[in-house]
Order: sequence, then structure tokens, then C-alpha cells
Amino acid sequence: MQQTGLRAAGRSGASNTTTESRRIFREAQVRRLGLFVALAIALAPAALAQDAETEKAIEKYRAMLREDPWSNPGFLDADRGEALWTTKGGPKNASFEQCDLGKGPGKVEGAFAELPRYFADTNRVMDLETRLLWCRETLQGLSTADYVKRPHPGSGAPVKEIGAIATYVASKSAGQKFAAKLDAPQEREVLALGETLFNRRSGPFDFACATCHANSGLRIRLQGLPWLAEKKEASKVVGEWPAYRVSTTHVMTMQHRLFDCYWQMRMPELQMGSDASVALIAFLTKQAEGGEIAAPGLKR
Amino acid sequence: MHFILAIAFALAATPAFAQQNSAAADTAVKAAFPAAPADWAPRLTSDETMQQCSASRNSPSKDVAQAIQKREQATIVYPPDNNFMGDWQKGERLAQSGYGLRFTDYPPRQANGGNCYACHQLTKAEVSYGTLGPSLSEYGKLRDFKPDAVKATYEKIYNSHAAFPCSTMPRLGANKILTIEQIKDAVALLMSPESPVNTGK
Repeated sequence: MQQTGLRAAGRSGASNTTTESRRIFREAQVRRLGLFVALAIALAPAALAQDAETEKAIEKYRAMLREDPWSNPGFLDADRGEALWTTKGGPKNASFEQCDLGKGPGKVEGAFAELPRYFADTNRVMDLETRLLWCRETLQGLSTADYVKRPHPGSGAPVKEIGAIATYVASKSAGQKFAAKLDAPQEREVLALGETLFNRRSGPFDFACATCHANSGLRIRLQGLPWLAEKKEASKVVGEWPAYRVSTTHVMTMQHRLFDCYWQMRMPELQMGSDASVALIAFLTKQAEGGEIAAPGLKR
Repeated sequence: MHFILAIAFALAATPAFAQQNSAAADTAVKAAFPAAPADWAPRLTSDETMQQCSASRNSPSKDVAQAIQKREQATIVYPPDNNFMGDWQKGERLAQSGYGLRFTDYPPRQANGGNCYACHQLTKAEVSYGTLGPSLSEYGKLRDFKPDAVKATYEKIYNSHAAFPCSTMPRLGANKILTIEQIKDAVALLMSPESPVNTGK
């Protein structure tokens, strides 16, 4: 919290005490409202009126965040990620600072806006999280195979190391537009795979991503579903990941989002960094081309 | 450039290209779920009906649609006594439950649910319903509670593709999500005159 405060102050150039205390008051206010929203979701009986109330509260929360974007609790994880980026660790006692996210070693600003992309050094198309896993392995000497055994936090736990760094990196493209070119032959192949997977039905429920995300304005129970097969709707929501989820009070990354979708689809555990996961993220990013990155976003 | 694009589009439209894509997808899916237990292998593949639905984006040609209907109709197992109506109260409970078949649902702690409310409106009392499927409010009443409609309802729940090829609804009986008894309970929820789906209570 203090870190967020310091950063917010730095950003706005606010140094006098009055502004500072007003800002602290506002942050506390936003956090209280966040807690209310979380409680409302946790305690909500399945009732429409209640749900509308919750939606209204989340909308109010979003409005407050627009006034003071730095008070999104997701920035706590972005800050943690920034610290992890510069912290030496692993058998090689190295940090992530030499990690090349596509714009050169250590270049974080704007890197997320151009991912996923083809990397010649791995001869693979990689999304942000997959690339971070690779940097962790090559720079720090830590095993990816071990990490992906339990890649995502359990319920109630904060986002894990790669997720925190991903939140930090993504936040450094906030305000920019998705501009991954995805036009190299390898990238086009991955895009085609992503589109095929998006529509591929399997599992005991015969579900594909398209089962829930190929129409506008539909919902599961009361939860609205984005129409990801359509560029206009996709460009509004894809850029919000990694996102702070009010219902869990923690950040969730895009790899984790897909993992959870497949869980609901009655499929096995999606391997973080698998070609299928990268292909789907590439497809979604292409669908969201030109959409603004607003990471960390705020989700129900 | 336009010429290349035109070739690319022409290629993309050929069955050979589609097949190549789906083979790549099969390989990628197999690699993406290394933790899958051996008996989950069928979950990673698509049967012929699902392949046809995926390839046509769920809008199969007339011929394919007929082939799907015939194939899926043949999977339906009927109750031995031809009584399609169970207990609507049990039906309501399974309509509410989304439990079952997720990797966190093993070993099973309760019966699988049908999760009908995830996608359908049913009783008036339950306002938390999804809209992926059509509203089923007053389903039996609108069909005059006719015996033929009772049987058709059983068939639609057992295997939706027998009635609607490439339906988004799971094949609840054919894929062994629900038992015959459970499907009868769901039929009762929809078709019984006493069911709140029809009484409006």
C-alpha cells in the first residue's frame, strides 16, 4: 500500500501533505468500497435485485478508480512484480532485468502491447507469461517444468511470482493500444491454431470457447459473457487482463483465466505456456487489435 | 499482396486446409493437458459430430445436419417402461446444480447436476438464470402437456443433437452426464402440470 502511495505521489507530482492525506483518504475509501463489493458478492443470494446492486457497486468502484487509477489494488501486485523483476534469485543469482520481452533486454515499457510475438531465440511464438517463464529459466536457472506443476494461486491466495511480474509488465503498456503484428509465418500459423481451438468442441459437455463467447449480450446465470469472436467486444475486454477480481480480492492473469475456462469446460488442467494456451492468447489479442490496454483491469 | 491474400483465403476454404488445421489442433490439445489421467483421453478428442459442428461453426449443411440427427438419435436409450416422467422436485435440484466432471470434482462427492439454470430460465422463483439457451418457462403448458411432447423432451435432454444438430447444449444422456432417472426428473420439471415451471409459482 505504501508502495502504491509513493508511486501515485510520484506520478502526480503531489508532494505536499494536504494532497497526500487526501489521497490516502481516497485510497482507504476505495478499499472500503472494494471490501463492500467483495462481501456483497460473497454473501449475495442468487437474486436479481442483489446482483444489480453488486453491479452498481462495482461500477461505482470503477468510477472511483478512473478518478484515481493508482488506487486499483491490482497495483500492489504490479509493485510486487516490479520488485521481483529486479530481485536476484535462483541458482544463477540473477534478476529478470536482462529479460528480452521483444524490444530488447530489460525493455519493459510498451513490450506487452506487442505480445504475443515470435522469438527467434526459442523458435516459438510466446505470450507474456510464457516468455517470463523462459526468462526465469534461462536467467535465474529455475525450472519451468517445476513451476507449471502449480502455476496458479489457490483460492484466496495472491497471484504467483510470474503473474505478479506479468501484472507489472502489462501495466507498463497501460493506455497503449494492442499492436502485436502477428504477421510472421510462425505467428500466422499460431493464429490459425488459436482460431481453430476457439471453435473446437470436445470434452463431456461438447464445449468450445465459442459455446459461450460467440454471441452478444448472453450470460451464464447472471454473469455476462463477452463476445470474443467479435473484434469490437473483444477489444473492450481483453486489454483488462491481468485483472484485479473483486470477488476473490486478487489478481488473475490471462493464462489463469484460460485454465479456469477449461476447468469449467470439464477439460483437464491447461498447461501454462503450452502451444494451445499461447495460440488462444494470440487469437484473443488479434481479436482485440487496436483495443486499449487497461491492465491491471477490474473484474467481478 | 491481394493476390497472396486471395490464395490464402482460397486455401483456407479447402477441406484439406481445414483438416490440416484440425490435425494441428489435435496435436496441440494433446500436449496442452499433460496432467490428464489416461481415462480422460476421450475428452481431448472430438467425435465425428463435434468435428462436423466445429468445422461448420455449428451451422452444418442440410446433408450433414441430417447425418448428425440420424447418428445422435441412435444413441438415445429409453426408460424400459417408457415412463418419461420422474419427480419434478428432484428435477429442480439437479437443474440448480453444476456439480460434476470438473477435475476438482473427483472423487465424486455427490450426483452430477444438469446445471439447466446456467443457460435457461425455468421457474419464476429462480431469477438467477442464464440466457445462452431459450427460456423454458411454462414449457409443458405451452405444449398442452401432450404425451408426444413428454417423449420429445426426454429425447432433447438425452441428446439435443437428435432434435437440433450442432446445438450448444451438452448431450446429457449420451455423454453420461445424467442418468436415465435424472433425465426423467428433469422432464418432470419441464412437463409436469404441478411443476412450478408450469404453475408459475
